Amino acid sequence: MAEIQDFRMDKKPVWCPGCGNFGILTALRGALADSGYEPHQVMIVSGIGCHGAVTQYVNANGFHSIHGRTLPVATGIHLANHELSVLAMAGDGDGYGIGMGHFIHAMRRNMDMAHIVHNNKLYSLTTGQTSPTTDKGRPTKSTPFGVIEIPVNPLTLALSSGATYISRGFAGDPPHLRKLIADAIAHKGFALVDVLQPCVTFNHVNTNTFYKERVYKLDEDGNYDTADKMAAYERALEWGEKIPIGLFYRESRPTYEDEVVTIRDMPLVKRPVEGVDITKTMEQFL
Amino acid sequence: MEFSWMIGGEAGFGIMASGLTLSKTFARGGLHVFDAIEYPSLIRGGHNTYMVRTASREVHSHTGYIDMLVALNEETIHLHKEEMAPTGCILFDGMHEPEDRFGVHADISLFPIPLGDIVKDLGGQPIMRNTAAIGATIALIGYDLSLFENLLADMFKHKSEDVVRDNIHVARAGYDFMMNNHPGGSGIIVKPADGLRRMVVSGNEAVGLGALAAGCRFYSAYPMTPASGLLHFLAAEERNHNLVVKHTEDELAAILMAIGASHAGVRAMTASSGGGFSLMVEALGLAAMTETPLVVMEAQRPGPSTGLATRTEAGDLRFVMHASQGDFPRVVMAPGDAEECFQAAGHAFNLAEKYQVPVIILTDKFLTESHKTVDGFEPVPVDRGELLDHAHLDNITDYKRYEMTDSGISPRIIPGHRKGVFIANSNEHDEHGRYLEDPLNRTAMMDKRMKKLEHLAAELEEPHLYGPKTADLTLLSWGSTKGPILEAMMLLKNSDITVNFLQILNLYPFPREKVTRIIKSARLTIDVENNQTAQLAGMIREYTGMKVDEKILKYNGRPFTPEEIANRVAEVVRHG
Ligand SMILES: Cc1ncc(C[n+]2csc(CCOP(=O)(O)OP(=O)(O)O)c2C)c(N)n1
Repeated sequence: MAEIQDFRMDKKPVWCPGCGNFGILTALRGALADSGYEPHQVMIVSGIGCHGAVTQYVNANGFHSIHGRTLPVATGIHLANHELSVLAMAGDGDGYGIGMGHFIHAMRRNMDMAHIVHNNKLYSLTTGQTSPTTDKGRPTKSTPFGVIEIPVNPLTLALSSGATYISRGFAGDPPHLRKLIADAIAHKGFALVDVLQPCVTFNHVNTNTFYKERVYKLDEDGNYDTADKMAAYERALEWGEKIPIGLFYRESRPTYEDEVVTIRDMPLVKRPVEGVDITKTMEQFL
Repeated sequence: MEFSWMIGGEAGFGIMASGLTLSKTFARGGLHVFDAIEYPSLIRGGHNTYMVRTASREVHSHTGYIDMLVALNEETIHLHKEEMAPTGCILFDGMHEPEDRFGVHADISLFPIPLGDIVKDLGGQPIMRNTAAIGATIALIGYDLSLFENLLADMFKHKSEDVVRDNIHVARAGYDFMMNNHPGGSGIIVKPADGLRRMVVSGNEAVGLGALAAGCRFYSAYPMTPASGLLHFLAAEERNHNLVVKHTEDELAAILMAIGASHAGVRAMTASSGGGFSLMVEALGLAAMTETPLVVMEAQRPGPSTGLATRTEAGDLRFVMHASQGDFPRVVMAPGDAEECFQAAGHAFNLAEKYQVPVIILTDKFLTESHKTVDGFEPVPVDRGELLDHAHLDNITDYKRYEMTDSGISPRIIPGHRKGVFIANSNEHDEHGRYLEDPLNRTAMMDKRMKKLEHLAAELEEPHLYGPKTADLTLLSWGSTKGPILEAMMLLKNSDITVNFLQILNLYPFPREKVTRIIKSARLTIDVENNQTAQLAGMIREYTGMKVDEKILKYNGRPFTPEEIANRVAEVVRHG
C-alpha cells in the first residue's frame, strides 16, 4: 500500500505563499494514499492556470495539458486504459470558462473519473481577470467597472447535467477535502469536487477568513439526504452568510465505460496492435 | 471499352446509393470503375449527380463527357446536355420524347421510360426508380442483369426476402422495358470482363481500412463533410474490430481524446475537414510538445470558413504545413487515390509512433467520397518504434521520457508501470517532463525534437514519376489531382506532346532532392493544383529555390476533369 509520502515530489511549489492550492495539494496526496492506488496506477491530468502545476508536485503519472482541455484528454486516457485511476484537475477559468462545453458533456457521459476544480473565482495565472464564478458587480482587471454577468453555479449545473457525485470542498480544511477527494476517486462515475480556493494575491474578497466565517459542513447535518436531488439544488443555491461544503449529491448510474461493449473484457491498450485481419471487413466492398 | 454514365436528380432521390450499386455491378463483372459525386449542401432539393465511369483497364478518374445520362428530372438534362458525348444517349422518366427534345443535339438518342409508373405498378417505393433505371441501363448497354440482381440480393439480404424480391422485380421491369421497346440497345456495348472481382472503395473507406489494419483502436471525431464517411465506416466496424469510436462534443475534444488515448498506449486517430481542423490546431501542438503519436486526416473542402461545404478543393496545404504555434516536426502525407489512402494510413501510424509526432493525412472531398476499384490491399507491417515493454522497464532505475538521444527519439512507454511514472507536459520541460524555463534546456529540447526530421525525411516514400523519364513537359502535383492527370496523359498520348508527371506523395518533410532533380532535368514544368494560389509551387520555391514555369489551377469547387487538363496543357504548349 502506498503512503502519503509516496505521492510526494521533491519539488518546491511555485505558488504564492498562502495560496489555497497548497491545501488542495495536501488533501490530494492524502486522498491518493487513502485510495489504495499506487503512483503508477494513477493519471493526473491538469489544465493551464495556477492549478496546472499540480502535476509537478504529485508523484504519479501526469499529463499537463492545455487550457480548458483536461477533461477530453482524461477521457481519452480512460477509454484507452480504464484500469488507470484518472483525476482531471482544472481551474475555474479552465473548467467553467474555456472548458465549459467539455465539462457538461463529461457529466452527461458519467465516465469514472474525479474532476477537481480549483475555484478561486478569478483568473490568477493571467493576473486577476474575471472568471465565470466571479460575483456580479466585482471589479477586476478585465472588468474595471464591475462584472455584468451573473456567476455560473457549478453545483446546480452539475446537478442538471448528470454528474453522479457532486461535492464542494474548502482548501482551508485539508482533512475534510481529503475525504471528499478520496470519496470522489472511489465513486464509480463522474465525480465533481468544486474547491473553494482563496487566491491571496488577486482575490481580496473571497479570502481564507471570508470562507472560514461562512462554511459549514453538510455532513454534520444529520437530516441531509445526499440522494435527494431537490435538496441538493436548494443547498447548492445557498451562498451568503452561510456556505455549505461537503457532499451535495450522489447517485449510482452505469458509467460510460460500462456501456462500451468493446472495452468490457479488457482495456483497449491490452489488445494486440499487430496481425489485425481485415479480409472479412473487405467483403462489404465487393 | 470505356463507358461513362451519370444519374442526376433532386437530393433525396437516392442517387448516391444507386450510383454505387452500378459501380459495384460493373466491378462484379471484372471491370474497373471510378465514380464521382456532386451534391449541394442540402438534404432535399438541389441537384445531385453521380457519375460512374467503367472500362476494361484501370480508371483513374471521372471524365468531362457523358455517354449515358439518366435524368430523374428535366433539370438534369438542361444542366448536363452540354457534357454529352457526341453519340451519347439520355434516359429520362417519361412516356415519350417531347417535341423540342429538350433542345438536345440531334445525334443524341433519347430513351423515355416511365420509371415512376413501373415502380408504382409493382407496388414499390418512389426511391426504387433508380433501381429500374439501372435495369434499363443494363439493357441498353447489353450488360449482364444477373450481376445486378445478385448485388441487390446481397445488399438487401439483411433486411428481408421481400425487399430483395421487390428490388429485383423493379430492376427486371426496367430491363424488360428497354428490351421490349429498344431491342437494338443504345449502340453502346459494355460487356463483363473475365478476371478479378474487385472492391469498390471510397478514399474515406480506404483510410479506415488502413487504420484498422494498422491496429487503430481509438477513433474520435465530430461530423464534418467530407471526413464524416470515415467516422461512419469506423463506427460501423467498432464491435467487429474491438475499437472505441467516439462522436465527441466538438473537434477540440476529438483531437484531445485521441491524444489522451495515444498517450495511454493505443493507436489513435481523428479526422475532420478544414473548419474542424482549425479547432484542432492548438491540440496539434500539444501532441507535438508532449511527443504523443497522433494521426489526423484533414479532408479538404473549399474555404475559407464554411465555403462550399460539399465540394472539393485542395487549398489547405499551407495551413496544415504550418498549423499551430512554434516550430515542431510533423509529417504531411497526400495520398492520391484509394490504394494510397490505405497505404498512407498504415504508414501514418508507424511514423507517428516511431517519431512520436503528429502525422497529417491530407485528403479532399473528391478523394474521400469518390469510389475506385482496387484489387486488394497490402497491409503495411506494424512498427511501433522504440516502445519499451514492461519487462524492459523492470531494469530501469530512472526513466526519462524525454531523454536526449542522437536521433531525437526518446524511448516511449505505456503508462502504468511502477518504474515508468512521468509527466507529459505542454510546457517546455526537462528530460523527465518537468517544467523548465532554462535557456540551455529549451535549445536542447527544440533541437532534440527537430532532429527527428532528418531521419523522417529519409524514410518517407519519394515522389512518384509517371511517364517517360524525360518529356516535353513535366506536370507537378499532389493529392487527388493524380487521377485526372494520369487520365489526361492518356489523352495526350496521341498528340505530339510528351508529358510526364511528378506526384509529390509526402509533402512534409519536403522531398527537396528529388523535386530539385526532376525540375532541373525538365524542359518545361507545369504546376497543376486544385487551389487559387498554387500552394505547391510556392513550397517548391521555398524548399528548392526553383520556379515552376506554368500553372494550371482550378478552384471553382469541382475537381479537374482529364479533358480540362489535357486541353490546358496543349494550350500552354501552344502559347508557352
Ligand atoms: C487558449 C488559451 N487561452 C488563454 C490562455 C492564457 N491563460 C493561462 S491560464 C488562464 C486562466 C487561468 O485561470 P483559471 O483557470 O481560473 O486558473 P488559476 O490560474 O486561477 O488557477 C489563461 C486565460 C492559454 N494558456 N490558453
